[in-house]
Amino acid sequence: MAATAWGQFLALVALLALTAPVLGRYAGAVYGGGGAPGDRLFLPAERLVYRICGVDPGREQHWTRYAFSLLAFGLVSFLALYALLRLQGVLPLNPLGLPGLDPHAAFNASVSFTTNTNWQAYAGEAAMSHLSQMSGLTVQNFVSAAAGMAVMAAFVRGIARRGAETVGNFWVDLTRGVVRILLPLSFLLALFLVGQGVVQNLNGHTVATTVEGAAQAIPGGPAASQVAVKQLGTNGGGFFDANSAHPFENPTALSNLVQTWAILIVPFSLALAYGHLCGDRRQGRAVFATMFAVWALVSVAVMLLESAANPLLAGTGADQAAGHLEGKETRLGAAASGLWAASTTGTSNGSVNAMHDSLSPLGGGLSMLHMMFGEVSPGGAGVGLNGMLVMVLLTVFLAGLMTGRTPEYLGKKITAAEIKPVVLYLLAVPVVLLGFAAASAVNGAALASLNNTGPHGLSEILYAYASTANNNGSAFAGLDASTPWFTVTTGVAMLAGRFLLLIPVLAIAGSLARKRPVPAGVSTLPTHTPLFGGLVVAVVVVVAGLTFLPALTLGPLAEYFAL
Amino acid sequence: MLRQLFAALAMTAVATVVLGLAYPLAVTGIAQVLAPERADGSLVERDGEVVGSALLAQGFTGPEYFHPRPSAVDHDPRDSGGSNLGPSAPALAADVAARAAAYRGANGLAPDAPVPVDAVTASASGLDPHISPENARLQADRVARARGLDAAAVRALVGEHTVPRALGVLGEPGVNVLGLNLALDRAAD
Repeated sequence: MAATAWGQFLALVALLALTAPVLGRYAGAVYGGGGAPGDRLFLPAERLVYRICGVDPGREQHWTRYAFSLLAFGLVSFLALYALLRLQGVLPLNPLGLPGLDPHAAFNASVSFTTNTNWQAYAGEAAMSHLSQMSGLTVQNFVSAAAGMAVMAAFVRGIARRGAETVGNFWVDLTRGVVRILLPLSFLLALFLVGQGVVQNLNGHTVATTVEGAAQAIPGGPAASQVAVKQLGTNGGGFFDANSAHPFENPTALSNLVQTWAILIVPFSLALAYGHLCGDRRQGRAVFATMFAVWALVSVAVMLLESAANPLLAGTGADQAAGHLEGKETRLGAAASGLWAASTTGTSNGSVNAMHDSLSPLGGGLSMLHMMFGEVSPGGAGVGLNGMLVMVLLTVFLAGLMTGRTPEYLGKKITAAEIKPVVLYLLAVPVVLLGFAAASAVNGAALASLNNTGPHGLSEILYAYASTANNNGSAFAGLDASTPWFTVTTGVAMLAGRFLLLIPVLAIAGSLARKRPVPAGVSTLPTHTPLFGGLVVAVVVVVAGLTFLPALTLGPLAEYFAL
Repeated sequence: MLRQLFAALAMTAVATVVLGLAYPLAVTGIAQVLAPERADGSLVERDGEVVGSALLAQGFTGPEYFHPRPSAVDHDPRDSGGSNLGPSAPALAADVAARAAAYRGANGLAPDAPVPVDAVTASASGLDPHISPENARLQADRVARARGLDAAAVRALVGEHTVPRALGVLGEPGVNVLGLNLALDRAAD
């Protein structure tokens, strides 16, 4: 790998190192319950929202009520988005006169965007009106991310509180996450992206007569405002079909670096915010370091793999010094594409700047595995920290079993009340992912959707359910996901991957909030050390390995060895 | 419970107005004031007519123009995307071999001359506006011949239109094909 590739990696690490501590401290204040920077500006706006919505911000919720609020909001969001997508043909801001989506496509897209997945069984520029993109998809980009961050805030309160019955107020957490974190950051990022060349207008097609005399339809649309929050909220749904490979979404190498940063910054910052919120900053740094280590290793590996030549093309005379460029853009190159692929799959973002279907066998396989880790390195906005803390609880439980002591975390005994939801959390995704993948592999209608055959065909199926069940949203896009089989099964996978994880997390939060910590003793396992961080990484890798290695062997590994 | 459902409805309505209308329209307004050319798609005009976008490839085929990278969508921005051929797909090997042979033939290269990988692989968007500097250098002689120009002059023009790595390390250098071809036409006038 060239020196410039390492330079890109280090530039990204430096940007993250400069900004994550600042945003982490700020986010800690946003969810901490005391005063926070910008109160004078934000508090009046928040109070107005609470008044309109009939919310008493001082009234906290039991975890079951918190969960009910989350589900109610998810349901209403889904219905509103579904109605908008079905009716877009008769609504304004539709310069191309696009018809409403059919029921399958509207169901799939509505589930996808309300679960923060942004799996796309449609092509944005050919299916979505500007109104749908703005008032449907952009809105869900904000609130689905803020809902995940809200559950994280409730989880952390559960860990930090003693003898408490409540874990916070969902509506307050939702509002503050949007108003104080996502909206200001998105606004600034959107303007930066316009400066780089990302389009932001309400035009239909501008028809150009090309230099050689052909007609070329140049698309318009409010893309920058959506691309900004698509990255910051770990959403990932492209305004255009080619997502951030499209020059109108990601025009320069600089916009590419900043978008890669935007994919990672919120989840990494929330790990540090956790340290502020639980009153022990070492815990936040330990979680951050654990996430960072996995992300950095996978990133460098995928960068190296994509910068290498494809052996299949050895006899064709192609000079592959620049790497394997099928499905990659010239201005970005192979290394920046690999770095993005690792970052978008380690978060539950799912935007792409290269076509993942054309990644090298191991590069694509590692991207898949990165999702199968359960989106914890650093994972989605809020939900990534949830996932990592669940892995931490599992690790202290396993360590407790090994040493014969009652496991505890931050002084609280971890008992069956917590471990049962932990196991439910860990089982939901593999059951859905492997179940649907197996059913697809023996289903003629599903197999007809494949763009590639052999091991790579299986990879297309595996990737689809790894992506949807983990609420990632990226795709091996050769797979035709718009068929009834895939719209329904990926829709179910997205719902399971969202709510069968968030509800157990809230149950753990409710149980932990009631407990009172006991003083640390000589045999207490410290959870802020490199040793413990290494143990967590090992647990993440072993759980994913035991679950998914057989499937990965038949897909990416078989393809690698056959090449 | 009813109170929660009402809150969900009201919150969705507020979010739609603030995040779904006010925010994108505010960004649009500011963008249209501060950087209207970029916000509208970096359109390129010649003699008052829009001939394309500086950010989108066009399917140049004539020998007197530099050619863009192959596109899985025929350089049509109404439907962006790549080939999605896997790294082991036989069709990929066949496509690349055919493109390499055509590239060598068009540019007068030896039958075993290596061809830059960007010239024979389809881009991710199908609209990649750039080619690698080496790809442009290899096409320069053909373009010069077709135009009756000095090859050195064409190569100099390629150099002028080569965009280096941003900040020295980001991305890869590239040559904007539309910009270069328009400059060639201007040089001919």
